[in-house]
Amino acid sequence: MSNYFDKRDFPVFERYKGLVYLDNSATQQKPAAVLERAERYYREENANPLRGLYELSVKATDAYENAREAVRAFIGAKTVREIVFSRNATESLNLIAYSWGRANIKEGDEILVAISEHHSDLLPWQILCKEKGAELKYLECDEEGRYTAEGLRAALSPRTKLFAIAQISNVFGRLNPIKKFTQICHDNGTLIVCDGAQSVPHTAVDVQQLGVDFLVFSGHKMLGPMGIGVLYGKEELLEAMPPFLYGGEMIDTVTRCGASFAELPHKFEAGTVNAGGAAGLHAAIDYINELGFEEIERRENELTKLAFEEMQAIPHVNIIGAKEWQEHHGILTFTVEGVHPHDIAAIFDAENVAIRAGHHCAQPLHQFLRVASTARMSLAFYNDEEDIRRFIGVLGTLRRKMGYDG
Amino acid sequence: MTDNFYGEVLTDHNLHPLHKHDLPTATCCHEGVNSTCGDDIVLNLEIKDGIIVNGSYTGSGCAISQASADIMLELVIGKGLEEARHLNELFNKMIHGEINDDELEELEEAGALQNVSKMPARVKCAMLGWRTMETLLDSEGGAP
Repeated sequence: MSNYFDKRDFPVFERYKGLVYLDNSATQQKPAAVLERAERYYREENANPLRGLYELSVKATDAYENAREAVRAFIGAKTVREIVFSRNATESLNLIAYSWGRANIKEGDEILVAISEHHSDLLPWQILCKEKGAELKYLECDEEGRYTAEGLRAALSPRTKLFAIAQISNVFGRLNPIKKFTQICHDNGTLIVCDGAQSVPHTAVDVQQLGVDFLVFSGHKMLGPMGIGVLYGKEELLEAMPPFLYGGEMIDTVTRCGASFAELPHKFEAGTVNAGGAAGLHAAIDYINELGFEEIERRENELTKLAFEEMQAIPHVNIIGAKEWQEHHGILTFTVEGVHPHDIAAIFDAENVAIRAGHHCAQPLHQFLRVASTARMSLAFYNDEEDIRRFIGVLGTLRRKMGYDG
Repeated sequence: MTDNFYGEVLTDHNLHPLHKHDLPTATCCHEGVNSTCGDDIVLNLEIKDGIIVNGSYTGSGCAISQASADIMLELVIGKGLEEARHLNELFNKMIHGEINDDELEELEEAGALQNVSKMPARVKCAMLGWRTMETLLDSEGGAP
């Protein structure tokens, strides 16, 4: 292995020397270029965007709207009217559920959700169904996390209005065949919501190629600041949807007894927006584009392969999901026989290795898999071979540290 | 957190618990749950004339929650309710980093959990057994 990234672009690793950060599915670290761009916005361009009639406000508006154009190009949307900024993927999903859902879901309708979904792509639908008297159904996977076209066809009914699934599961790391699933849904008259929180940071995503009706993702999981996320929706769908939040910057005219609302995408962006966050996300997209997904995937795949193969060689370690490293996309969820995942994480922490433990916001999946909780390492292109070696080193001695003979 | 956090006392009580079993003679029992962690224990106490004459727990959870419950029972079995309450208070103080050396000595093996005070995420694990006992003492044992 060669040509590994030396983390020099990431200030956190200067402050925490020797930190092995393997919780990238939860949030990624930020390159200096992103931090500097967000700071520069506040130092040099800050005013309330979208309404000011003076130079600084025009600059702020430009920073914000240029970021929207960068997002549009990044995911291949037709127009910036299809790009709505939110706080994160969770808020984007809630926007769809509150706005589209409350206008379109009726008693007796069905919503289909993949069993491996993150709570953020489950609860909005669960609540919506309860409110409307609709039925929430689950698409189940096999024990390796695989969903099939046949399974999807069988789970859809004439009443299924919407199907929600992540492109990459945050537990399995498996890439789902979204394009195929979209065709199946559309043949059935069903809309598809794709949670791209774990895929957009790691692989090139093109919404027109996938054909999905909605795509959501978070800036902070792709090198960007926290508090800025994206909702992509097909223009005709967004156009027909009522606003989600009401307030400033989303209106056209307001009178004592009514209001008309702003055009897309501003209709969905009530209140003063996160222009600094958007500028930071723009810098994150530039950074990713400069590196290129070919290079990002090459690095992440090499590291995934190394970690997967070394983990498989350690007794009592069980990897959740696929038995081939190619299906994991940098996410390796695992258990160690006889050791509770929180103890696993604590032992890693003692060695300055950051991993996640718990249910990863996917409790129904853990119930389905019949495990109480799991541990997860998730990597990014800025990890290196040494990170994986240190991770494996701790994993190999973990049971002995907990008092087992081996 | 130090490297030897999971010392022998903790791993021993976790892997070879002294009090993890059913207790048919129990006079009261209570379930304690940390839902975010999945820690789940049932604590059984046999209280006679104001004395905890026997105790046990069943359930599952992380090493800290399990060992802490086991160590707690080892400490309070044979003690009066007031003494058990006192030890519970000391344990609370220790976990919140407010204990002195004399008090620490009273906690005997439970002192092995002192470092939890530096790990906020694990405080509720260490407290689970104790919190469950406190509920039992307040209800079944009569409020102080």
